[in-house]
Amino acid sequence: MQSMDTIDQIAVTRETAEENGSAPVVAVEDLHKSYGSQKVLNGISLTVTRGETLAVLGRSGTGKSVLLRLIIGLEKPDSGSVRIHGQDITGMPLDEIGDIRKKMGFLFQQGALYDSLTIEQNVAFPLRHHKKTMSKSDQDERVSALLAEVGMAGQSEKMPSDISGGMRKRVGLARALVLEPDILLLDEPTAGLDPISAAEIDELVLKLQAEHHMASIVVTHDLHSAKTIADRLALLNEGNVVIVGSFQDLQESDIEFVGEFLRHS
Amino acid sequence: MIDRKLSTVASMAPPPVGLWILFESSGVNSAKDVLNEFFEWFGDLGIFFWRVVRAAASPPFEFRELFRQLDEIGSKSLPLVALAGGAIGVVLSLQSRQSLTRFGAKSLLPAAIVFSIIHEIGPIITALVVAGRVGAGIGAELASMKVTEQVDAIEASAVNPYRLLAAPRILACILMLPLLTLAADLCGLVMGWVAQALVEPLSLHQFITSGFKGTGFTDFLPPTFKTAVFGLIIGLIACFQGMRTEGGAAGVGRAATSSVVLSSLLLIMADVVLVKIIIIFFP
Repeated sequence: MQSMDTIDQIAVTRETAEENGSAPVVAVEDLHKSYGSQKVLNGISLTVTRGETLAVLGRSGTGKSVLLRLIIGLEKPDSGSVRIHGQDITGMPLDEIGDIRKKMGFLFQQGALYDSLTIEQNVAFPLRHHKKTMSKSDQDERVSALLAEVGMAGQSEKMPSDISGGMRKRVGLARALVLEPDILLLDEPTAGLDPISAAEIDELVLKLQAEHHMASIVVTHDLHSAKTIADRLALLNEGNVVIVGSFQDLQESDIEFVGEFLRHS
Repeated sequence: MIDRKLSTVASMAPPPVGLWILFESSGVNSAKDVLNEFFEWFGDLGIFFWRVVRAAASPPFEFRELFRQLDEIGSKSLPLVALAGGAIGVVLSLQSRQSLTRFGAKSLLPAAIVFSIIHEIGPIITALVVAGRVGAGIGAELASMKVTEQVDAIEASAVNPYRLLAAPRILACILMLPLLTLAADLCGLVMGWVAQALVEPLSLHQFITSGFKGTGFTDFLPPTFKTAVFGLIIGLIACFQGMRTEGGAAGVGRAATSSVVLSSLLLIMADVVLVKIIIIFFP
């Protein structure tokens, strides 16, 4: 059995390794997930280090969004592990996984804003629940700063139903960042947006990534967006990772599916 | 965590036997399947209830949300419940008068109205009205949140959705049902007296003295407080049906309908058991 000193030492060593990018912040290993007889993920393994953005690409229905839901613990895998800062979350009870989730921000595909709350209340929601020692004025200040950062200053009193899809994604992004997470998960951040709004979201993600230096995983089928914001790209097909690498690696790959995917994107 | 696997299975699960109209839409055919789905539904409900109890019993407590729900479920149901109670009082007075006159027992009319309303009609009418209004509201609201990923967003923000969404609604139903029952009882009695006084002059004092003669707290408290169980049933079923919904707008509609139908059915069944228990313990 390891002593407390040894455990602390391991934690410090891991933290240092994560800081300098040598240890993965998110590590997914041999992940399997099925719904009934339909296999969605078939042994996926991926890692993301601090400051890195990984784009997960693939056709519709290949389990990209499921992968994100497994990483944040909204669903449990059939087998395999999801390690966040070295801790396996797959068997964790709800209360324990809460502490891990505070270090993660999640942007849902449609924004998933709470429709009974204003824009400001939506962004403040995680703060109100987890930063109770923080004064109300400090919380309000933080929310205003984030709304300004995502280009939504002056819109704080509007309801989610009063704003466009692109704006909802911006607000969702502000809410995902409000607890200053180490890990950012983005589910189709540009889906359903016009090319200009999509480019704005890409720029925003790049800017936030540069400022906050998080480990990010972006699920998308938009190759242009992935090429713009990601350091590495992972291409999924039929529940498996076909290739992981830079955009250039994908271009130079002689795997038939990779070439087909690039040709049709 | 809203277990997706459980939710997927549950979304296909029909409500208990008797609701054949809902079975048909689920595509379930054999009696064995029906039986399996029936027990699965109760199993899932038990797991859901346990998760809510665990979440509600541990801090942080969502008092603000609880007060909001007390207002939503209590104050906003009051006019409807009062109206239903009053109408039942009038109907009971008119119907009982005819029957009792036929048997020469017209003088027992105030007592008949008081006993009927306090013992059974007030509680059950209140519960059914609340099941219709609140059950549908909770079912549709939570279902809508579920299909638009708002419930997932709450969970992803490290907030327990059972604690934030289900526990305050269920607790508010439990607390407000006895109070709403008192309001329905009061309106029923007053309107029962009005209906009688319009036919034959009778003062309110005489009506109350005659009606409450021989009654004690044991006649009044158990039937009123049994509605807390009705509140539990309404809140639990509506939250359960809402939070396991899948399938977009159609799913939201199904959740609202099944919340009302199932909670009404279950609370009537529970009433049978509770009345028997009350008779045993308060003869």
